[in-house]
Amino acid sequence: MLSQRTIETVVGCFLLIAIAAFIILAFKVSGLTSFFKADGYSITADFDDIGQLKIRAPVKMGGVSIGEVSQIILDPKTYRAEVTLRINAVDANIPDDSSASILTAGLLGDNYIAITPMYSQTYLKQGSQITETHSAMILEKLIGQFLFKIGNMGNEQSNQSNQSNEEAKPQ
Amino acid sequence: MNNLIKINNLSFNRNGRAIFQDVDMTVMRGKITAIMGPSGTGKTTLLKLIGGQIAPNKGEIIIDGQNVPRLNRSELYTLRKRMGMLFQSGGLFTHLNVFDNVAFPLREHTKLSEKMIRTLVLIKLQMVGLRGARDLMPSELSGGMSRRVALARAIALDPELIMYDEPLSGQDPIAMGILLKLIRTLNDALEMTTIMVSHDVKETLSIADFTYVISGGRVIGQGTPAEVQANPSEQLHQFIQGLPDGPMPFHFPADNIEDDLLQGMTG
Amino acid sequence: MIDAVTNLGRYFIEVLRQYGKAGILLFRVILTAPNFRKGFPLLIQQIYAEGVLSFIIIVMSGLFIGMVVALQGYHTLVKFGASAELGPLVALSVVRELGPVVTAILFAGRAGSALTAEIGLMKATEQLSSMEMMAVDPLKRIISPRLWAGFISMPLLTLIFDTVAIYGAYLVGVKWLGLDAGAFWSNMQSSVDFNADILNGIYKSIVFGLVVAWIALHQGYDAEPTSAGIALATTRTVVYSSLAVLGLDFVLTAMMIGGW
Repeated sequence: MLSQRTIETVVGCFLLIAIAAFIILAFKVSGLTSFFKADGYSITADFDDIGQLKIRAPVKMGGVSIGEVSQIILDPKTYRAEVTLRINAVDANIPDDSSASILTAGLLGDNYIAITPMYSQTYLKQGSQITETHSAMILEKLIGQFLFKIGNMGNEQSNQSNQSNEEAKPQ
Repeated sequence: MNNLIKINNLSFNRNGRAIFQDVDMTVMRGKITAIMGPSGTGKTTLLKLIGGQIAPNKGEIIIDGQNVPRLNRSELYTLRKRMGMLFQSGGLFTHLNVFDNVAFPLREHTKLSEKMIRTLVLIKLQMVGLRGARDLMPSELSGGMSRRVALARAIALDPELIMYDEPLSGQDPIAMGILLKLIRTLNDALEMTTIMVSHDVKETLSIADFTYVISGGRVIGQGTPAEVQANPSEQLHQFIQGLPDGPMPFHFPADNIEDDLLQGMTG
Repeated sequence: MIDAVTNLGRYFIEVLRQYGKAGILLFRVILTAPNFRKGFPLLIQQIYAEGVLSFIIIVMSGLFIGMVVALQGYHTLVKFGASAELGPLVALSVVRELGPVVTAILFAGRAGSALTAEIGLMKATEQLSSMEMMAVDPLKRIISPRLWAGFISMPLLTLIFDTVAIYGAYLVGVKWLGLDAGAFWSNMQSSVDFNADILNGIYKSIVFGLVVAWIALHQGYDAEPTSAGIALATTRTVVYSSLAVLGLDFVLTAMMIGGW
């Protein structure tokens, strides 16, 4: 039978190990940067189609992660997706004429938002909106357009002499 | 008020079998009352009923004016602080040593300092002659010794009533002698009331002031040891003398032996 | 025929009674006001008995499970050229499912069975009865600290299991199979969410801890006070708790994914 003092010490060690494990899980495994909202600001951007974009997807500028997607809602009037971006780095000043596009990391990777800075001298601040947006590339749509074009090219060749292809051209 | 406990019309069934039927008993203050009877007659159950651990189907158990089966939990716990009970196997806490076992009720129910508790525990252990064994664990004690430790624990809070469940069973003659002497001295010295359940007739009769013999769920004999021994009842006679056959049959109820054996031959 | 129906009915009533008794036990333990001065040392002792003594088996199992998941995962992922996703695969499966469930089952085997045997033995040797006769409530003194210790120990053990398992996966993936350490961790961080994955895993383990300790204590408290009875109760503890853990895991996962 161990004495009460020894037991208390051992239980204390056990508790410390568990707390250390919790900290490792929180910071090293889930990449939690802080339990509290870090300094920073939120901006919004409306997209026609966000593809596979999810909450917590990274926001990058020049390939450097400067924040994450914190909220995605559907605007009931315009039927566009309103994405809220949380910009963590305080010193990441984004010119107010910058554009946001949804890109895919690699062929099968997750979507992220890339912000392309422009040349304005005024910067986005809390609650600002990015007006210039580029929707996600949807693989099915791309393939559809591609097939359509190939089809048209075939038509062009066979019907070259007969009629003009102007009205059949997409867009 | 000379009676500490009064039991009226007590009936108790277990699994549809009647253990007690309309039992009446009184236990006199400051005396040793022995309850005897063959094995399996529910003597231990009677003690549990008195302690309020189980509730009877009918009847009342009045201890010092309080009807035990009607008490709520906290009233029952208050009453139990005035009782001590020595279980057949002792019931010592195996993870505590002898000293801590005896100190347990004191630490739970009093706010005494450790110094006071040490003094009290050593006095109680001295009474049962085991002051030297205070650092042993219950597993290191002999059967007789662990019962004595349990006795010291049962009297730690100086109860008014102490109940012994088969204190003598399985003890060698010396240990039996020691326990009997302790039961008698504690009863007299601490002015306690004692209830003792036993089937060791000779030893029990030697110290009891009053005796009840129960069998088949009823009291079949009562009185002072001398009266019980002189009682002409056949049932009582068989029990007191330890005769193998009598009103209490030797054979467990069974079919006719010839039929039973023949059945084995033909089948 | 009538007999069979009668027996079936009797059996169901008996089962219901068991649930009722277990419920009353839990109810009374939770509702009794804790006594901090006396209860705290007892609680620490029980955290030692249930948590610290299960530490070694949890660490060893965590290490091996992490290593084997990494090894299996790697050989599947490498076929799709996605071996960089090993980190997320291991971390998510461990943190969400394997951690809480395997810890709970090991806990049932290590601590739960010991609890049942201990309480059953205390009952058989009349320790519980004599405690009651000393006007000390065994529920308060014996059962309650053991239940709360299970409630506290399980999440702690799960955290340790998770961490060790991920470290085991790191050993296999990075040190042995030669994945890039940076990619291993950063992919893991980008796909493991603190709330949805880690906290939900901990919530599960808290529920499991309570349930396993509850089953173990009820089985012990209700055991037939004989050696055969205690053996039966101990077996039941392990079987019932394992089943309860697996069943509850499904329910809790469904609740968490459904966003209840």
